[in-house]
Amino acid sequence: MVHEAVNQADKESRSEAVAAAPVHVRNILEVKNLSAWYGNMMAVNNLTMSIHSRSITAIIGPSGCGKSTFIRCLNRMHEVSDGGRVEGKVLLDGKDLYARDVDPVEIRRRIGMVFQKPSVFPTMSIFDNVASGISLTRLWSRKRDLQDVVERSLKKAALWEEVKDKLNQSGGSLSGGQQQRLCIARAIAIAPEIILMDEPCSALDPISTLKIEELMLEIKKDYTVIIVTHNMQQAARVSDRTGFMLLGELIEYAPTKEVFTVPKDKRTEDYITGRFG
Amino acid sequence: MQNSKTMQAPSHKRGNSGTSGARRLGDRIFFNATLIFALLIVAILIGLLIVLNMDAMPAINKFGLAFLTDSSWDPVKEVFGALPAIYGTLLSSIIGLVIAVPVSLGAAIFLAELAPRWLSRPGSFLIEMLAAIPSVIIGLWGLFVMVPVIRNPVESWLGSTLGFLPLFQGPPFGVGFLAAGVILAIMIIPIITAVSREVMEAVPDTQREAMLALGATRWEMIQKAVLPYCRSGLTGAIILGLGRALGETMAVTMVIGNSYAITESLFSPGVTIASKIASEFSEASGDVYIGSLVELALVLFVITLLVNIIARLLVWRMTTVKAVIG
Repeated sequence: MVHEAVNQADKESRSEAVAAAPVHVRNILEVKNLSAWYGNMMAVNNLTMSIHSRSITAIIGPSGCGKSTFIRCLNRMHEVSDGGRVEGKVLLDGKDLYARDVDPVEIRRRIGMVFQKPSVFPTMSIFDNVASGISLTRLWSRKRDLQDVVERSLKKAALWEEVKDKLNQSGGSLSGGQQQRLCIARAIAIAPEIILMDEPCSALDPISTLKIEELMLEIKKDYTVIIVTHNMQQAARVSDRTGFMLLGELIEYAPTKEVFTVPKDKRTEDYITGRFG
Repeated sequence: MQNSKTMQAPSHKRGNSGTSGARRLGDRIFFNATLIFALLIVAILIGLLIVLNMDAMPAINKFGLAFLTDSSWDPVKEVFGALPAIYGTLLSSIIGLVIAVPVSLGAAIFLAELAPRWLSRPGSFLIEMLAAIPSVIIGLWGLFVMVPVIRNPVESWLGSTLGFLPLFQGPPFGVGFLAAGVILAIMIIPIITAVSREVMEAVPDTQREAMLALGATRWEMIQKAVLPYCRSGLTGAIILGLGRALGETMAVTMVIGNSYAITESLFSPGVTIASKIASEFSEASGDVYIGSLVELALVLFVITLLVNIIARLLVWRMTTVKAVIG
């Protein structure tokens, strides 16, 4: 029940913030002058943007434009890569993620991530996969609570009906689309504030992709979702705001409809009309 | 992607794309030549088994299965049994594993997961170099440097603090099961470390990142993502080390004390199958005596064969798990 309590408290603080803000959404994440490197190669160049809470923000752009690197900076995963280096600020509710006293482990619990390739833990059962993140926090020591959280997370990830009778089977036994939803359930289970998705559908078939997209629209009621995709239709279908990146820079960032109907920048227009990329 | 690769492999392997007669002839010669080499290796293995069996026949006929359970070794009366040698082989190998496994896994985790690259490469290289030292040199070092240290302070300290256990009772000889176990540990640490490091490095980064992204610390990531993913490979590495420890001859012969007896104390001198054969083969006379030594070899052959088969199966299981995940 701790989970409930945390969620409750969380929701209250969120609704307060929402009430205080002049518009009905607030800026949960503010990126200020963010640059990122791999060794000497600059991947993200002086990027500034604000992410609205309880919405889906899509980052589009051609391969190698730095969009994956960018969202990996948002939960401090970029520094895990070889030679990964970051400059600038990322403010989560006003607090800089890159401040010296901030523990990246803590940040990753508040900002979850789903990767391009479904990364289930093959030696764990489906149940343990979902529980793997929460058991790290050691808040859910009691088995019953754990079961509640696992069930709720799987339901939110629209996977419960398919796996409820085989929770003890290996996570590797599921199909690719199911594995990806399992990864989403695993991310949801730790009750993060933001979920980052790095091309979550690029390894999936169209039907699984559709399911994940429906799922994203469902979970944005409770979470802030940031998705990187090279599929423009996907961005157009699910996102509220879209950012277009090119060569490490954010070229345009606006409500999705505007970006796709009346792009302000010539390069954005060229990209979405398929002139390059 | 990987699937399509494996699908294509067989058609390449047959190499029947060549249509001209000359190429076909060349192909056939090449095929037959390599086939002969491959068969030769199998033939050597089978031949070895047959010869061992034939030479061991006098002993097998005389003692039957009792050879495995008897503990006498009396060349004068020609009564032989293998039990002390089997016991010593297993005991010294187990001591070796108990010491080597934590050290090797710790070193492998450090090299594969924690060490910066400038340290990891030379570190791995140096550890693998340790495997290249001839065992007679390790044995000499063991006898002159290690055994005195083992006698005092190691054995006298163990005797005075853990002396209530039968394992640590009796006079500290220096040479004996403990010394043999430590020498074996030194010899198998490189192989277990090298193989476990490779197995850990084969764990995909996606697994590590997935665990980190859930808010795991580095240690939690290793413990919950890396080690479980490669656990059968690690078991394979350990069993590979065990296989080497069971058959190791020279260094063990030099430090185990060569006493044909079964004792509970790790301090007392003992014998392994390999050390028994090595120390007595040149002076053995008579069909039954030689036959008994050969039968010892046969026993060791079977034990190491079993151990290697198990290791193979475990490593094989791990690689198939990997293939399923893609």
